[in-house]
Amino acid sequence: MSALLEVEDLVVTFGGRSAAVRGASFRVEKGETHCLVGESGCGKSVTALSIMNLLARGGQRSAKRMSFAGTDLLSLSDREMARLRGNRISMIFQEPMTSLNPAFTVGSQMAEVLTRHKGGTRAAALERSVELMGRVGITAPEMRLGQFPHQLSGGLRQRVMIAMALMCDPQLLVADEPTTALDVTVQAQILRLLATLKRELGLAILLITHDLGIVARVADRVSVMYAGEVVERAPTAELFRSPQHPYTRGLLSCVPVPGRVQRDRPLGSIPGVVPAIGPGFAGCAFRSRCSQADATCEHEIPRRQAGGTHDYLCRLAPQVSEPQPA
Amino acid sequence: MTSAIEVRNLRCEFRVNGGWFAAEKRVIAVDDVTFRVPAGSVLGIVGESGCGKSTLARLILGLLKPTAGTVLVDGKRLFDLDRKARARLIQPVFQDPFASLNPRHRIKDIVALPLTAQGTFSRAEIERRVAQILERVGLSAAMGERMPAQLSGGQRQRAAIARALVLEPRIVICDEPTSALDVSVQAQILNLLADLRRDLGLTYLFISHNLAVVEHVASEVAVMYLGRIVERNETDALFRAPGHPYTQALLQSVLTPEPGRGVPDIGLGDAMPDPSNIPPGCRFNPRCRIAVERCRTVAPSPMARPPQGMVECHLA
Amino acid sequence: MSEPIAIQGPLQAPLTSRVGMTGFAIGIAIVGIIAVAALIGNQFVPHDPFTQDLGNRLKPPFWMEGTQAGHLLGTDQLGRDYLARLVYGARISLLIGIMTVITSGVIGITLGVLGGFFGGRVDDAVLFAITTRLSIPVVLVALAVVGLMGSGLGLVVATLGLLLWDRFAVVARATTMQIRNLDYVNAARCAGASTMHLLVKEIVPNIASHLAVVATLEMALAILLEAALSFLGLGVPPPLPSWGLMIAEGKDYMFFSAWVIMIPGVALFVLVLGINLVGDGLRNLLGSERLR
Ligand SMILES: Nc1ncnc2c1ncn2[C@@H]1O[C@H](COP(=O)(O)OP(=O)(O)OP(=O)(O)O)[C@@H](O)[C@H]1O
Ligand SMILES: Nc1ncnc2c1ncn2[C@@H]1O[C@H](COP(=O)(O)OP(=O)(O)OP(=O)(O)O)[C@@H](O)[C@H]1O
Ligand code: SF4
Ligand code: SF4
Ligand SMILES: [Mg+2]
Ligand SMILES: [Mg+2]
Repeated sequence: MSALLEVEDLVVTFGGRSAAVRGASFRVEKGETHCLVGESGCGKSVTALSIMNLLARGGQRSAKRMSFAGTDLLSLSDREMARLRGNRISMIFQEPMTSLNPAFTVGSQMAEVLTRHKGGTRAAALERSVELMGRVGITAPEMRLGQFPHQLSGGLRQRVMIAMALMCDPQLLVADEPTTALDVTVQAQILRLLATLKRELGLAILLITHDLGIVARVADRVSVMYAGEVVERAPTAELFRSPQHPYTRGLLSCVPVPGRVQRDRPLGSIPGVVPAIGPGFAGCAFRSRCSQADATCEHEIPRRQAGGTHDYLCRLAPQVSEPQPA
Repeated sequence: MTSAIEVRNLRCEFRVNGGWFAAEKRVIAVDDVTFRVPAGSVLGIVGESGCGKSTLARLILGLLKPTAGTVLVDGKRLFDLDRKARARLIQPVFQDPFASLNPRHRIKDIVALPLTAQGTFSRAEIERRVAQILERVGLSAAMGERMPAQLSGGQRQRAAIARALVLEPRIVICDEPTSALDVSVQAQILNLLADLRRDLGLTYLFISHNLAVVEHVASEVAVMYLGRIVERNETDALFRAPGHPYTQALLQSVLTPEPGRGVPDIGLGDAMPDPSNIPPGCRFNPRCRIAVERCRTVAPSPMARPPQGMVECHLA
Repeated sequence: MSEPIAIQGPLQAPLTSRVGMTGFAIGIAIVGIIAVAALIGNQFVPHDPFTQDLGNRLKPPFWMEGTQAGHLLGTDQLGRDYLARLVYGARISLLIGIMTVITSGVIGITLGVLGGFFGGRVDDAVLFAITTRLSIPVVLVALAVVGLMGSGLGLVVATLGLLLWDRFAVVARATTMQIRNLDYVNAARCAGASTMHLLVKEIVPNIASHLAVVATLEMALAILLEAALSFLGLGVPPPLPSWGLMIAEGKDYMFFSAWVIMIPGVALFVLVLGINLVGDGLRNLLGSERLR
């Protein structure tokens, strides 16, 4: 079966110097929620932007393969890509304020998306906006249509972004940290909304986050990124049950769990920082922080299998670990 | 013993114009807040986005003048102290490590600012102390020579902490110091703050919307909703037996990394609270699952809650 | 979390166009060449801009018939070498532009930063000053002042400097207001820094890039105004070869020797165009860098 979105060996460089993404590969199936997790600066946003072909100036993408529903995204012209964007693939950005235009009302921005891609009258587009805003849980949508983005709270703005992303019934929604700036109650509301939409509309979601709590609760599959590479890929339950890559293990041990916190003990953490990775870098990018690193880690690392759809990038053989004590 | 921080009946309003031709609105960001933080302890503050946590922090730091009420830091009003004495007493760590360091200054100069502003330290002494604190927060001397843009988020936050601690203040106000950071960096920063508190005997006011983080660092927790503290108690008691329906909702909405559990329905509805239009009676009543008739007309007053806390709810 | 990526809307491609960057490069090249010419050009022109040679009046430039070898751009009505005068004039135009920008910049930035930073009464006073200034017609007042007090380089600079600070003040005030409550300014305040430190070290360096854009606009304007004043005989006194004065002196001969006004006119146009291209380019670069 071919996946909805398939990315193979994606490389993104800025100005030729440093590679922000170094050969990331993952696939998003129809109707699944796929999470991309990893340390700040590991290239999650850049990956998302290069799928949308929205990289900042100086950004160069190349890949062995990047296809969406059978269409090769790399060979699309700018015009063709623009027709796809906001239509069959939509994106929600990390910061809603920067992606809504402060000078136009919410209603006119939403209607514009629909009329641009699908044509039709403005009245019909506004009607659809009201319907979608109701659907994403915005109360009194008619009133909100006439408001400007700065008059909405963070939670509302994020909902408007989601409603706008859904205007054209996309098949894939790319959501870049949609809830990082929000508190837990609003976060729960937004994530429930996304889960409902996925169920009812068969929407596939590529969700970028660094919160493993979110990953555990909403993802079907997870790709863990480190320094521009996907270092581990697995179904969610499997990843949490038996993480293989030392980075994934470290990441899981850092999560403080409420009710299970020991106040006087330090939290688990991964010592050190992400190294600077130059053009000639070879071997495992995690080795300066890995407790199990040895000389072989300086050479090419094989991708190992740990079960049908679970693989990881490390020299160590797969281990069957005990279920985590509850 | 005097409290490190004492806040009495604090209130802060902003006037905002509601857009073209609309009437001016009053946003009540902090509404009659009272609490004390004993020296050497950590008070955690949690609450919804926009409930007034940062405003409270800025009032305590003296960056905003309250509309009413008093803030006493170490028994004194900050407005009575000169800027240098104030800096020796209380220091902030802000939420966004990308906004809290001046992009045009070197890290070393940013960290040295509290010392240079005092005007009493020799250049050699400043250099010695900056080197010492940079090492303490885990930044190499080479990092001190860099500009903020050349540091990662976690490294910047360390620099911000170094700046807050270089003068060895007694009180540090941390406004969501880790919410912009991923878990591994967050753990590093929290461990650092805990170590420093133990070694230097600091008092923290620790604002966060991550409950697990608050549980880890705080000895006492206050829950804010629409500008008011609706519940306050010792950390263990509050997490074990939350009294206020909003606190309960907060605890339920925490997403623990347990696959397959789904996102819980916390039953708060989808309405967002509006600080310029606070509902009559209990301010939580439009979203409260267990609200009764009285809640819509009578505002609950604080009631004691064992062992040391209080809660504002008719039914708690 | 900061996003190094500039995005305007979810559906738009990245902003800054290649065209804009080319313009910026061209602008820098133009201004650079003219500045170099103004600084050291005289050493390469074999004539003095003030030496008259009445026997060789109004010789046309090299591309026209009857040109005189050695006078690449011909000579003016007094037989002075036009290339030498043009190069010397560049010096005057740039000098006036720069000096005016410095004078007006100091006034405008001081007022704007103070108003934006302190707000309240101070800001009301600054706003009043800006409004007052905006209700003064620049050209008329400049004409009146220079007309009454006589012409001279210093006077022109002083007059223009005292008149052209408004845009500096408006931009400095607005940008200061945007950043005065940013966390790094608050942190410096909490660190016990003096008000002077806050203004000079925390605020000004971070609004400098925006002020640079204003400076280019004002410089172009000052150069044009000086030309206009000199054209009316009220600016730089002869025999100094200001480009405006060259146009004024040449206007009697323009029907038979159009190049006498065309050459300084084109030079003026190119310089102002170059400065504006630089300004546009700066604005583009800054526009993609979000002001937090
Ligand atoms: N426009 C750009 N020019 C140069 N480098 C860039 C640019 N955009 C991103 N980078 C670099 O690419 C790397 C990946 O950045 P990216 O924004 O994808 O990180 P991220 O994984 O989304 O992190 P976060 O969790 O902080 O959002 C970083 O090292 C960043 O510095
Ligand atoms: N300068 C201001 N002018 C007008 N309104 C303001 C101002 N500062 C804050 N507010 C309003 O006061 C309320 C409280 O804001 P505050 O920043 O304290 O919230 P917070 O609890 O820190 O939220 P978050 O978790 O999102 O940081 C908000 O509704 C906000 O819109
Ligand atoms: S390859 Fe080596 S350094 Fe990299 S994660 Fe595996 S053991 Fe650690
Ligand atoms: S007072 Fe009433 S409305 Fe308010 S929290 Fe308690 S039960 Fe709910
Ligand atoms: Mg990102
Ligand atoms: Mg805040």
